[in-house]
Amino acid sequence: MVDVAWLIPAFPLLGFVLLILFGHRLGEPLAGWLATAASAGAFGSTVVALAGLLALDAPERFHIVELFTWLDVGSLEVDAGLLVDPLSITMSLFITGVGTLIHLYSVGYMHGDRNYSKFFIYLNMFITSMLLLVLGDNLLLTFLGWEGVGACSYLLISFWFDRGEDGTANAVAGKKAFVTNRVGDFGYMLATFLVFAGIGSINYDDIVTRAGELSPRTATLIVVLFLLAAAGKSAQLPLFVWLPDAMAGPTPVSALIHAATMVTSGVFLLTRLNPILAEAQLWSTGLIAWVGALTALFAATVAVAQNDIKRVLAYSTVSQLGYLFLAVGVGGYVPAIFHMVTHAFFKALLFLGSGSVIHGLHDEQDMRRMGGLQRFMPITAMTFIVGWLAIAGVPPFSGFWSKDEILLYAWNADEIGGKALWAVGLVTAILTAFYMTRLVVLTFFGRTRFYDPTAEEITAAWEARTGAADGFTAEAREAEKTAVAAVEKAREDVARKREAVTRAEEKLVVAREALDASDPAADEKAHDKLVKAFDRASASLPKAEEGVVTAEAKVAELAAAVDEAMAATRSRQSQVAALAGARDQAAMPDTVVTALTEPVELDDDLAGHLPESYRRRQEYHPHESPPTMTVPLVVLAVLAAVGGGLNLPFASNLHFLADWLEPSLFGNEVHVTASAATKWALAVIAVACGLCAIVAAFSVYLRGRQDPRRLEQPGMRRAWYVDETFANFFGGPGRLLFDGLARFDRGVIDGAVRGVAQGSSNFGDSLRALQPGFVRSYGLAVGLGSILMLLWFLGRMF
Amino acid sequence: MEVTQTWYLVLSALLFGIGFVGLLVRRNPLIMFMCIELMLNAVNITFVAFSNALDDVAGRTAVFFVLVVAAAEVVVGLSLVVALMRRRPSLTADELTSLRG
Repeated sequence: MVDVAWLIPAFPLLGFVLLILFGHRLGEPLAGWLATAASAGAFGSTVVALAGLLALDAPERFHIVELFTWLDVGSLEVDAGLLVDPLSITMSLFITGVGTLIHLYSVGYMHGDRNYSKFFIYLNMFITSMLLLVLGDNLLLTFLGWEGVGACSYLLISFWFDRGEDGTANAVAGKKAFVTNRVGDFGYMLATFLVFAGIGSINYDDIVTRAGELSPRTATLIVVLFLLAAAGKSAQLPLFVWLPDAMAGPTPVSALIHAATMVTSGVFLLTRLNPILAEAQLWSTGLIAWVGALTALFAATVAVAQNDIKRVLAYSTVSQLGYLFLAVGVGGYVPAIFHMVTHAFFKALLFLGSGSVIHGLHDEQDMRRMGGLQRFMPITAMTFIVGWLAIAGVPPFSGFWSKDEILLYAWNADEIGGKALWAVGLVTAILTAFYMTRLVVLTFFGRTRFYDPTAEEITAAWEARTGAADGFTAEAREAEKTAVAAVEKAREDVARKREAVTRAEEKLVVAREALDASDPAADEKAHDKLVKAFDRASASLPKAEEGVVTAEAKVAELAAAVDEAMAATRSRQSQVAALAGARDQAAMPDTVVTALTEPVELDDDLAGHLPESYRRRQEYHPHESPPTMTVPLVVLAVLAAVGGGLNLPFASNLHFLADWLEPSLFGNEVHVTASAATKWALAVIAVACGLCAIVAAFSVYLRGRQDPRRLEQPGMRRAWYVDETFANFFGGPGRLLFDGLARFDRGVIDGAVRGVAQGSSNFGDSLRALQPGFVRSYGLAVGLGSILMLLWFLGRMF
Repeated sequence: MEVTQTWYLVLSALLFGIGFVGLLVRRNPLIMFMCIELMLNAVNITFVAFSNALDDVAGRTAVFFVLVVAAAEVVVGLSLVVALMRRRPSLTADELTSLRG
């Protein structure tokens, strides 16, 4: 029954081929169902293989199914064969099991995507590669799967390659993952060469039997190089930078590849190579443990300050993978695999839950905009809470058992600073409980902030409002200007009227003089005329004076209007200034603190200015996801709740997983020497600390007892600037180094290659003279040659 | 005067030499072809002479092989020569230089 193992990768491979050929024609949802069936077939075959393995005696559970000879070059012979042992079957079980659930979930999640069938092609190809990775019976076949999953990861991260910032961010994220993993692959290849040089074979059964032939120094170097490979694939310091960006892919991909399966392959590889780890010098395994512990702590601090729900889970994954490395480093392979399995359950559950939330909220990923969702999506919320309790280490959920096991093994590893490792692990556990509680509270509890205006919308409203105020101010200014112009005109009128008065006075004086000078007796007629003129002039003077008075009155009236207009302008201006001040004071919500418990206060005027997107959202209602999505959630929630039963610490006959994995570990598993009392104490401390962290997170994020901005430092949100440092280095001084290398490559390496080619060409040119094309000269050459050979023979004879 | 083996060898050498020199100095492809035939048959004489002297049938057997090969060669070679001459009756071997390097 073990020999059916070849069916395990064959099913998804078949699905992959069928989907490539007919996927487009099948369309939605048939393509998805076909892919799900292929994955389920692989799961069924794995169960059969598991039954076959259980039927064998424990020492024989290391079975190789040879398929064909792949390479046979000199002393290197590589078979394409499958290694069926407890380790590979355990991995296959959760890869195909969780994989099938995620396929099922994707049938609903990818609904309406225009590349629906392509998505499932990639998913099936991923499952095939991942199964080859874990089932391969030699390092090369594992490498094939290793690269295969890398390629699928690249394709799926940039699946929506035209989305993201600038329309390129997703494509860039995929490229980043691929390139970062190349760094690790270089370690993988060098280590494989060293294994071949050391023991002359890269088959796992030879490695198992002949690892002892390696010198400790070679073994150490191999371990360090494989650690580099594993750090790349499993996103450990310093190569973790790609994983948070990988969240650009569809959420089922984040769950399947970037949380449950592919990222654990580094840990799988180190576990598979436990005979070499056993030969290596102590510092190299210590390095594994410390890399893991520091990564766990580092990523946990970063996760506390993320606002994107998927990024929290991404950093959480990095942190949990750190735990797995810590476990492998201290020799606890069983806890590593145990936690890997439980983590696959609860992290897939959390990711799928977050996908359900994102789906129900119209692609909203910001936790500041969630809250109170348990009323809208009860199934998602219930299952998510199970996942949260599991990862936070609350007994009796699965995460508690596996995490405590790791902490216990760390405590036990005295030679490499076990107590410090334990302390780091404990701090990480506290942070984990804290940020996961934060996530759950912000998403499912508290006030529903979905309907709140977003920061962008408030900004837009403020802009609309100040824009309106600015418009009014401009109007007032305009009115003021017209009033001032009118006053000017009136003043000019007054001046004119005054001039008229002056003219009238002058006329009067002239008329009087003329009257005085004339003699009425001499010319009565003329005198009468002058008298009349004088009367007219004296009569026009009061009229003109009256005109001045009215004009002045008008000026005064208009001046009052100007004052009024100026006051209006000033009041408008002060209003605008007041608005700007108020806008500054109403600080834009940059962390969750704003509106955590109370909505942002907006006066009616501002609310009236909110843009269209706000009004549209008021009509939308968060909803529970369809059954294809909730069924996987429920199944995973059950697994996450009871997964701890795989390996219970109470009695030696309850160590199911440890007994089961024994044939794959060859006695390299460390045995814990701590007393029962110590074990209980450690467990109680961990649980107590975790519960305190949960309570603290509730008080901060649900009750608002503390300003979260004091906890969430900007450095944490930016992942301690590691990404920026990398970018600056590789863009700056690193660039010079690479340019130098490129010059060396072009000049010396390519130069040598081109030089050889040019040399051959020149040599050939010089030989052309020997080929004149004259048959008779060829004949002469043959004849002379025969004579020379004859002479040579004769010379030898005598 | 007895005809000894030396006579045959000398005859063979003379015929071979004539054929060889003819091959080198003549330019007519047909004549050159005949010269090659001459050289082949000179070798045949040597084979028969030694076969007779050593009383070994292998020499005569070799002659049959040579004859068969020569016949095959004539089939191919003559047809080529005829085809060439038909196209350009005044052709010389020195003009056939398409294979010059």
